[in-house]
Amino acid sequence: MMEIMEGSHAVAHAVRMCRPEVIAAYPITPQTHIVEALAEMVANCSLDAEYITVESEFSALSACLGASAAGSRVYSATTSQGLALMFEVCFNTAGLRLPVVMSIVNRALGAPLSIWNDQQDSVSLRDSGWLQFYAEDNQEATDLHYIAYRVAEDKRVLLPAFVCLDGFILSHTYEPVEMLTQEQVDSYLPPYSPVQRLDSKDPISIGLFASPDYYMEFRYEMDRAMKASSQVIREAGRRFGEMFGRDYSNLVEEYRMDDAECAIVAMGSICGTVKDAIDEMRGDGQKVGLLRIRTFRPFPGEEMKKALSGVSSVAVLDKNISLGAKGAVALEVRDALYGSGIPILDYIIALGGRDVAKKDIKSVVKMAMAGKGDLFYGLRGEVLG
Amino acid sequence: MTGEQCSLFDPGHRACGGCAAALAARAVLDAAGPDTIIVSATGCMEVFSTPYPETAWKVPWIHSLFENNSAVASGITAALKKQGRKEKVIALGGDGATFDIGMLCLSGAFERGHDFVYICYDNEAYMNTGIQRSGATPYDASTTTSPAGKCSTGNRRPKKDLPAILAAHGAPYVATATVAYLPDLKKKVKKALDTEGPCYVQVHAPCCTGWGFEGEKTLAIARLAVETGLFVSFEMENGVVTRVKKVVRKPVEEYLKEQRRFRHLFRPKRNDAEIAKIQAIADGNAQKFGIDINLKK
Repeated sequence: MMEIMEGSHAVAHAVRMCRPEVIAAYPITPQTHIVEALAEMVANCSLDAEYITVESEFSALSACLGASAAGSRVYSATTSQGLALMFEVCFNTAGLRLPVVMSIVNRALGAPLSIWNDQQDSVSLRDSGWLQFYAEDNQEATDLHYIAYRVAEDKRVLLPAFVCLDGFILSHTYEPVEMLTQEQVDSYLPPYSPVQRLDSKDPISIGLFASPDYYMEFRYEMDRAMKASSQVIREAGRRFGEMFGRDYSNLVEEYRMDDAECAIVAMGSICGTVKDAIDEMRGDGQKVGLLRIRTFRPFPGEEMKKALSGVSSVAVLDKNISLGAKGAVALEVRDALYGSGIPILDYIIALGGRDVAKKDIKSVVKMAMAGKGDLFYGLRGEVLG
Repeated sequence: MTGEQCSLFDPGHRACGGCAAALAARAVLDAAGPDTIIVSATGCMEVFSTPYPETAWKVPWIHSLFENNSAVASGITAALKKQGRKEKVIALGGDGATFDIGMLCLSGAFERGHDFVYICYDNEAYMNTGIQRSGATPYDASTTTSPAGKCSTGNRRPKKDLPAILAAHGAPYVATATVAYLPDLKKKVKKALDTEGPCYVQVHAPCCTGWGFEGEKTLAIARLAVETGLFVSFEMENGVVTRVKKVVRKPVEEYLKEQRRFRHLFRPKRNDAEIAKIQAIADGNAQKFGIDINLKK
């Protein structure tokens, strides 16, 4: 049924239908609407879950880790500083191979303090062993939660997953969303059945320390599982499409890429603006396309290589910056296209919530065609002085 | 095998000879029984009992991080409740994990009222990293980060009163115990497990390596801590002290002089002023808890 919903509420309803048994969360803007909505559902008995009002994000993820190890499906949501506080637990959750699913309502990291959107928070956790899905709109933000649980809990993966949606731009925006029914979700997402759990009937020890004789093999297994998750995501995305009509079988989305000479690479909500700009540029005869990254981890390197092989320039829009290097997405794209000779230009854009309009996308494309890039786009000279 | 020999804490671990923490772990599991999930903080206990691929734990056991065992335990209790399971949950940590770095998670978990027991094996410093001071290190103890020296007599602060802090959270049962009296320790662990809500048991666990005494003296040192009044064994129910171990008190010197961490109070020359300050701490404890047995003269 199509409903006009706030992004946060749509996500909360999707999470409810995934039947998490334990939710632990801590308030932080702009994530709060999701966990408030879930608290209300628990209070009104429309969601039968244990809801732990923890004293910090650090404990939110730690509690989820414990509940997951005890065999329950769990959920949390956070953003920015909250995710930074979880840093240690993020690596630990992945290392323990616990399929926790967490929404990241993307927001800039301080200092200076900013509650507005960019993707520095989740991108900074790229090496933590979590799958990272990025939604373009609220429909995708909801759908990706069903998919994330199914993939994370798959025995071939057993890694936790972020479902990332841009703060305010998606979380606080009302859009039409086609919500699945509980029956539909149940038919797509089976109940969580852990490979092993804390259980006195079959006692196991979880989280032992590994000497140099063992540590590398654990990391290797994680990397292997992360790489294997690409195929699991394709399968889960395809199945979703077969059942509900929205196909997510590709880790990337190609938009008007067929004969594109300049390709924009981006992830998240900015892609909506990019698509509109491309439509207008196409109307003017410019051969521009978009390659949208849906999963930043696992990184779709092969897809990237294939989709970008025929273009003459690539413009990467990075809502993050690895200070002293480049945007994280550009670095990955360069790696994927290494040896191709295709110029890959990076544009650090929309940090800390700075607005991006169609004209900005057109301006980026113009610069890329002229070979000008690797810069912060839209800096205000009067602020820099 | 007898019950004692057939422990749920396997003897093949790697603790130092004379380790009180290992003794405490065995006693805790003897009291708790097999339907118990242990959540261990990073620390000596975790390291000496679980070098992959071995484990000394015959009950379900998890280690996540240094500072989050209370939060992990919160999640486990919630999951057990949702699944309708009846296992008991014990969070286990050293004094560093409990008094210092894990205080936030501990406070949160106690305030929320999860049904679990937190057991701190208190060896009064960061032993796993090489004897650094913690919030549980007693006054004047020399550690690697509070060394005694020409212008220092060791740790400058008295021990943090964590039992009182947790009692102030509304914990229904808070107790201190010691490896010197294992039946008492087991009784307290049982009582904590049988009490609904978050309960705390702080176990005084002398560390031969960190405190500087021979391993065979662990129990003697533990007993002296009680007998001098520097460690008080008590129970608090709903914030009220309900039981205290009374002693015929000995001077603190008898406890101090046995340990390398207090050696600077006696050598190269005796520091009467500092010993008097430590005696005053013991006297304060005695007065506060009423531990003195006054023998008729």
